[in-house]
Amino acid sequence: MSELDELRRTLPMVGAEPSILDDTRIAHVVAHGHRILSHRTVPGLRVEMDETPDAIVGKLIVEAGAQITQPIHMCFGLAHPTGVQQIKIDVQVLEGAQARVLSHCLFPFAQAAEHRMQAVMEIGPGASLTYTEGHYHGPHGGMQVLPHATIKIGKGARYVSDFSLLSGSVGNLDIDYLVEVEEEGIAELSAKIFAHKTDHITLKEAVMLRGERSRGLIKTRVVLEGQAQAEIIGITEAYAKGARGHVDCMEIVQGQAHASAIPIVRVFHPEAKVTHEAAIGSVDKKELETLMARGLSPEQAVEIIVSGILR
Amino acid sequence: MPSPILNIRNLTFEVDRHAILDRLDLAIESQEIHALLGANGSGKTTLAYVLMGCEGYAPGAGTVLFDGTDILPMKMYERARLGLTLAWQEPARFEGVTVREYLTLGKPDCDPEPALRQVGLAPDRYLNRRMDKALSGGERHRIELASVLSMKPKLAILDEPAAGIDMLSINHIIDIIRALKAAGGSVLLITHQEEVVLIADRASQLCAGRIIFSGSPRETVDHFRGRTCVRCDGEVCDYVRA
Repeated sequence: MSELDELRRTLPMVGAEPSILDDTRIAHVVAHGHRILSHRTVPGLRVEMDETPDAIVGKLIVEAGAQITQPIHMCFGLAHPTGVQQIKIDVQVLEGAQARVLSHCLFPFAQAAEHRMQAVMEIGPGASLTYTEGHYHGPHGGMQVLPHATIKIGKGARYVSDFSLLSGSVGNLDIDYLVEVEEEGIAELSAKIFAHKTDHITLKEAVMLRGERSRGLIKTRVVLEGQAQAEIIGITEAYAKGARGHVDCMEIVQGQAHASAIPIVRVFHPEAKVTHEAAIGSVDKKELETLMARGLSPEQAVEIIVSGILR
Repeated sequence: MPSPILNIRNLTFEVDRHAILDRLDLAIESQEIHALLGANGSGKTTLAYVLMGCEGYAPGAGTVLFDGTDILPMKMYERARLGLTLAWQEPARFEGVTVREYLTLGKPDCDPEPALRQVGLAPDRYLNRRMDKALSGGERHRIELASVLSMKPKLAILDEPAAGIDMLSINHIIDIIRALKAAGGSVLLITHQEEVVLIADRASQLCAGRIIFSGSPRETVDHFRGRTCVRCDGEVCDYVRA
């Protein structure tokens, strides 16, 4: 089976249909290691990707005013147990444009592999980007996954990200996102992670509300089992009049797992406001007992509560 | 004469050697709505938790026969599978879980719409909503009751089912309690609202962990209002003094 076919076959693990790669209305990039296996663009979108020996380097530009109706699929991965993939990508959504990116990171056989992403994203004035990132790394837990990104959100622009890692065992995941938000810009960062075995999760998301009436939300949901560990750092700083931010972190710890949540909020303007809430612990007793009072076993009840939190 | 669906004898539950339930006796007949009145702290909610088998509520003494089975050694979900359930005074929130999923827990073929309509909520507006902070307290209460209704229990313990419900909607709650009975079930109704108490077949007053009066709902309401006791007014009622 070709590497392209292997990656296609794994797409359902992150909720995507393999047939999207055949649809001529849908833009995509598929890269295995440092080779580009397939790509397609659509009107209003420029995709410039180069293969280099140690990285895939490229740009994805949504032209000013363009409305890309179908999501752009970026499918990165390795179909082998070992290897390295590094992606260096600039994403530019120019003024007034709108686009959705579905990023699929697929490492179904990984035993000792590495995936690095270094992204710089610029969302122009009045533009909008929704970036949904789904990961699957197989059952072995042998990955080093390091997605790092700097995102600049222009005046009146909107950036919504949704990171999910819901099946398989990752190994080591280290996310580091820095988001700068200008006047009336909006940043919504959501992450949902289910960690197993000896997975080690570090998630650092920082939102800098630079502009007046800018908005930021960091929402994190993490469930840990086995001997997994997680450290979640959500930072929001507000620098301008009317800026509003919120950090919301919930971690459920089962088995021998352990977790920490560090919300950091800083306000540098008297008319700005940032709030936070964090909860770490086992499954909520009242939720558990309510479901058991309907006849569900403890195991069934936990499964419903956890799947709801990670939805 | 058929045996009661719930037969409680000498039930005692203590916290730090203080009896919250004190040798309590109570029987509820099949298809009976039985209202339980009592001042704050009299033991009503504790009784509900002990009967349901909530964690930390194992009684020190007594027996509880439910439909002829001794349920005290049983786990909570085992009691529920026998047909006993509890609707909490403050219903839980479930992030991400939809109302449809909540109403069909463990029975995916169940149609959740009739129960939702019965509590006065339009299925097309509510079935796909999530059981989280977006629902008001009153909406969660009604969905909790719809969940109990769709379970078709032999005995539903309803802890303050009308708390937080607006005056115009109280009839929906009363209809549900009656619907539980019409479906062949019994209800142990913990409430302070007189208009809800009066739909019961019988009622009892709980004071300091004991049943001190049982009778018609009217008689029990009058008895509750007419007495002072250690829990109600700081004075010791005759029963407790004795």
